[in-house]
Amino acid sequence: MQFDLNETQLMLKKGAREFFAAECPMHDVRRIMATDTSFDDKLWKKIADQGWTGITFDEAYGGAGLGLVELAVLMEEMGRALVPGPYLSTVLLAGNAISLAGSEEQKQKYLTRICSGTARASLAVVEAEGVWSLASLKMKATPVEGGCKLKGAKLFVTDAGVADFFVVAAKAREGLVLAVVDARARGVKLAPMPALDQTRKYYEVSFNNVTGEVLATGEAARAALERTIDLATAALTAEMAGGMQRVLDITVQYAKTRKQFNTPIGQFQAVQHQCADMLVFTESSRSAAYYAAYAIEENTPDARLAVSAAKTYASEAYRETGNRGIQVHGGMGFTWENDLHLYYRRAKACETMFGDAAFHRDRIARELVAPVKTAAPVSAEPEAVHA
Amino acid sequence: MDLNYTPQELKFRDELRAWLETQLPGPEETRAASKSPDPWVRFNFYRDWQRRLHQGGWTGVHWPKEYGGRGATLMEQVIFIEEMARAQAPQVAGVLGLMLIGPTIVHHGTPEQKQRFLNRILSGEEIWCQGFSEPNAGSDLANLRTEAKDMGDHFLVNGHKVWNSYGWAADWCALVTRTDPEAPKHKGLSYLLVDMKSPGVEVRPLLQITGETEFCEIYFNNVQVPKQNVLGRINDGWNVAISTLMHERATLGADMRIVFARQLNRLVELTRKISRGGKPLYDDPLVRQKIGQAYTEIELLRLNQMRSVSRIAQTGAPGPEGSILKICWSELNQRFQQAAQEILGLYGQLEHGKHAIDDGAWSYGFLRARGNTIEAGTSEIQRNIIGHFVLGLPKSY
Ligand SMILES: Cc1cc2nc3c(=O)[nH]c(=O)nc-3n(C[C@H](O)[C@H](O)[C@H](O)COP(=O)(O)OP(=O)(O)OC[C@H]3O[C@@H](n4cnc5c(N)ncnc54)[C@H](O)[C@@H]3O)c2cc1C
Repeated sequence: MQFDLNETQLMLKKGAREFFAAECPMHDVRRIMATDTSFDDKLWKKIADQGWTGITFDEAYGGAGLGLVELAVLMEEMGRALVPGPYLSTVLLAGNAISLAGSEEQKQKYLTRICSGTARASLAVVEAEGVWSLASLKMKATPVEGGCKLKGAKLFVTDAGVADFFVVAAKAREGLVLAVVDARARGVKLAPMPALDQTRKYYEVSFNNVTGEVLATGEAARAALERTIDLATAALTAEMAGGMQRVLDITVQYAKTRKQFNTPIGQFQAVQHQCADMLVFTESSRSAAYYAAYAIEENTPDARLAVSAAKTYASEAYRETGNRGIQVHGGMGFTWENDLHLYYRRAKACETMFGDAAFHRDRIARELVAPVKTAAPVSAEPEAVHA
Repeated sequence: MDLNYTPQELKFRDELRAWLETQLPGPEETRAASKSPDPWVRFNFYRDWQRRLHQGGWTGVHWPKEYGGRGATLMEQVIFIEEMARAQAPQVAGVLGLMLIGPTIVHHGTPEQKQRFLNRILSGEEIWCQGFSEPNAGSDLANLRTEAKDMGDHFLVNGHKVWNSYGWAADWCALVTRTDPEAPKHKGLSYLLVDMKSPGVEVRPLLQITGETEFCEIYFNNVQVPKQNVLGRINDGWNVAISTLMHERATLGADMRIVFARQLNRLVELTRKISRGGKPLYDDPLVRQKIGQAYTEIELLRLNQMRSVSRIAQTGAPGPEGSILKICWSELNQRFQQAAQEILGLYGQLEHGKHAIDDGAWSYGFLRARGNTIEAGTSEIQRNIIGHFVLGLPKSY
């Protein structure tokens, strides 16, 4: 056994770190997050040129066919650099949903565009209740010629402002429906939901009798959506670990150089211990994130538990790392000019995305009490594709 | 121990309640003003409220009557805070003057200084800021470098202060300066009262993580400060500054309690109004645990404050135990805001727009609380003070 990155993964990590240091330094993060949509066309194109918009997808659609641990490594570096924009929405959410639920034809139509970087997309699940759970879906899909008709509002849709299409989860007679909706279709309306994290913007997206193209329905849709969210959650925790590492690095550096009482503040045990705790938070989150990625990839029996354990821990660890990082910086840490609060804001967004710590603790307990069969990967051609 | 109010205390409370009955701005008015994005709108609202309180004789309630206070006992001061919390009254504009600098002037000021400054602090006519911290003198305040040179009839001040709350609104600054560069660092300091309109004073707003400019930096470039504006003795500024800091630790939290009480009330109301899974939030045992914990901590702050006030009533001035209160209120607020975030879920992080609960007050509260364990002396420094000065452990640095 070897629980560590292999040669290629290490190379990917190093490459990604250098890439983002050069292509997306903090002053660019600040510039991009200050725009309406937090999107930079040139940066997106460069990310696509690296093959990262198709990192885990099939080569048949222009993807790189890499595994989830590779994705986790990339996300870690993106989290470290606080890369703004629709990567999570497009690749992790919409991309995986289509890859898992779509027909061959649909994948050719949508996934190839995601892989090539020519389309951006997002996933619309959460509704007015504000919970990332399929059980709380209310939006109705009614079958019509060529698809389904959608009516209702979705909230907390990430990066909708630059999406070309949405994958929408709704309810129909036969259960869940996953459908693709063109963002420019009549009856689709966006309204920004300004939140703490300005690097990844939230929107309300309302659908007023809009026709969607059905990807999957019923059990196939449910399995695909659950796996999509689990995948995204695992990748998100890797992103969180990367953010924590950066907060830790900035803070340790500051503790070594800032002097009070003629002493570097890092010499005070009260400060040293905070830094040590931050390291424990970071390393533990990283272990959990890597394992979650591996477990989903390999479909281990505890995959869902691994995802929930990672998200439970990292949700609190990222916030707590931010708390301590700012604390060690004193007044400096409370200024807009200092980068720490940008991570702190991101930490808050990550904490609540795909279920917070309480949600995942609950999921762990339920799973332990009454294990559900792990969602098997959905085959390329799900049985019931059309309504 | 007798927790019943004396007849005199009851009379004080009833009088205040009767006054509040007719004078308190409505909750809608308070909410509208306190969520304005324009800091001056908020500030002017709080200043108007302070004026009204002053006209009713309700500012500086425990300041001596001769200086415009009400001459109330410390216990009555506690009652005052309780009643303000109960009524969910707005804040006042001149907090630093009323809570920290006024009491320092009462203690150390000359009759002329008291005459000149105190009444205007009470009425809100003059707003004060605290010019203590410098880029290289935060926790190690005594390391400050801002220089005040003795020019005979005045001091010539040169230097740079940072993180000065309300510097942008202040008419006066309580400025700690170095007057004797040769003396050991705690010995050569003097506490000056500086008119912010003096030539050579420049205020630059600093953006906080909340996106507001609540604090500033202040540059002093050949600023002349008349000798009669030294508070306390020349080169004894450290002791005067400590008296401000003791007030800061002991009393700022009292003011915060009014805010906490208002917010907890509102949070409870929200758990009734918002439903999830077809049930009101308070139906969720986790939510109830969080509310219960928040109530407990806010209540403990109240009780700690009451005992501390009783102690101050006996000894005359706040002591290092104030650090206990400082730790209590600042850390409780961080836990409380986090609990509120957890209860509000995804909605808690919204800053504006129609979905932002209370127009973003909760995401703001979450960020703003982060500063609480830094401002007014960091939690680490408060713990050092408790360890050394209260518990008598050897000095750690
Ligand atoms: C919102 C806000 C409002 C403020 N308002 C004012 C104001 O109105 N007027 C004013 O003068 N100042 C104000 N301040 C400044 C505040 O008092 C200082 O920020 C604070 O004292 C810390 O100083 P510093 O920022 O230089 O941090 P530093 O002193 O550099 O501290 C950095 C870190 O080192 C730790 N540390 C330092 N020394 C020790 C030690 N001996 N043992 C253990 N740990 C140690 C600190 O706890 C902190 O975690 C404000 C600050 C904030 C955040």
